Amino acid sequence: MCLGIPGRIVAISDVRNKLGLVDVCGVRRQVNLACVVDERHTVASCVGEWVLVHVGFAMSRIDEREAALTLELLCELGEAQSEIKSMRTG
Amino acid sequence: MRYTDEFRDPIKARALVAQIARHAPPLAQRLGRPLQIMEVCGGHTHTIFRYGLKAMLPEDAVEFVHGPGCPVCVLPMGRVDDCIALARDPAVIFTTFGDAMRVPGSQGSLMQAKATGADVRMVYSPLDALRIAHDHPEREVVFFALGFETTMPSTALTVLQARRDGIRNFSLFCNHITIPATLRAILDTPDLCLDGFLGPGHVSMVIGNRPYEFIVERYHRPIVVSGFEPLDLLQSLWMVIRQLAEGRCEVENQYTRVVPEEGNAAALAAVHEVFELREFFEWRGLGSIEQSGVRVREEFASFDAERKFRMPNLKVADPQACQCGDVLKGLIKPHQCRVFGTACTPEMPLGALMVSSEGACAAYHRYGRLNPGPPRPETVAMAGAQP
Repeated sequence: MCLGIPGRIVAISDVRNKLGLVDVCGVRRQVNLACVVDERHTVASCVGEWVLVHVGFAMSRIDEREAALTLELLCELGEAQSEIKSMRTG
Repeated sequence: MRYTDEFRDPIKARALVAQIARHAPPLAQRLGRPLQIMEVCGGHTHTIFRYGLKAMLPEDAVEFVHGPGCPVCVLPMGRVDDCIALARDPAVIFTTFGDAMRVPGSQGSLMQAKATGADVRMVYSPLDALRIAHDHPEREVVFFALGFETTMPSTALTVLQARRDGIRNFSLFCNHITIPATLRAILDTPDLCLDGFLGPGHVSMVIGNRPYEFIVERYHRPIVVSGFEPLDLLQSLWMVIRQLAEGRCEVENQYTRVVPEEGNAAALAAVHEVFELREFFEWRGLGSIEQSGVRVREEFASFDAERKFRMPNLKVADPQACQCGDVLKGLIKPHQCRVFGTACTPEMPLGALMVSSEGACAAYHRYGRLNPGPPRPETVAMAGAQP
């Protein structure tokens, strides 16, 4: 629950509610982007960026290197699979 | 080169360990005991055990104290009982993160309530709970809002969206708690000996570094906000020890890759709009802690399950045999608890620290073989039997 999982924003699904489609290890899920956008960094400009996703909310922009790092750590801790599974069913 | 190579580089790890081994023993000698450094976050506890960091440190010079940073682990039994009472209301669909399903209350867990007919549904996100509310207008959907500052913005934003969408059958049973107040309560424990902190990475991503300033100003303990890689933790530990060796006491940030100095403005704005501090909140093992929890503001009363439903709201004492509180305060190590590995195991947890993979006791149990210490012989046998 507390561990974030990295994902890449692949599309914007709802500009008003700041929702986007994020790809996490091949699983695509709707994610709220409100915490990683502002006037300078608009919702539309997010596509292609990596974010750290906590319980369906993008909480931080990260670079590709940090994303790979975090993902590998989660795999080694045995946390990645359960997180992805709950994303898929949730 | 893989990205992770940089963070698993044995040369870097050895260099950090060598620095720690040089500077920690003189400090420990001066104190007449090992340095005690608390990692606040359960995620850090997990990394420390997974990579056997404890075994790399100079013996008798520095020890990790496993902090309270697992929100599932500090949930008191009375609140779990309230959840079950809510879930048993036929009008209610009770939604929760999977982590909370197995936490024991005085009348069993949510998992057991579900097995006996209560409508309990696991969700990945509060947004999933909101969608269930949208799809079932005839039912009341309650979301079990749980966690530190990391998950607080997500529930706040969900309430804001519920209001925007005009969804009236959705509410929160709010059990969010704050890290700084918890650290203050730990620092006020009279018999505590702690020399510094490894600060939580993802909580700090939301709140920034400023809220920890009281720790250095009032309690004169260094704190270094840390990432989750094994090398992140070794480097952060070295930063704490270097502060101690140089007689400094500051809030430092090792995890600048993710943690901005000021935190996340949008997340904090949503949290402040929806939540306000409670005077007190009850913690498992730690008792009542002043201003350590939040509740839903009056303006959002229709989204507050505590205002919407009648709940038992009873205070239930922790199981007597359990020593979760002493473990949380760093007074004893998990394997020194009298029920560790016997009456309390990950399969049948008695205390909450055994429930979540981030709980100190579950980590000790799981990785017991990798971390030889001075435990009771029978508990080692139990831990060793686990894969």
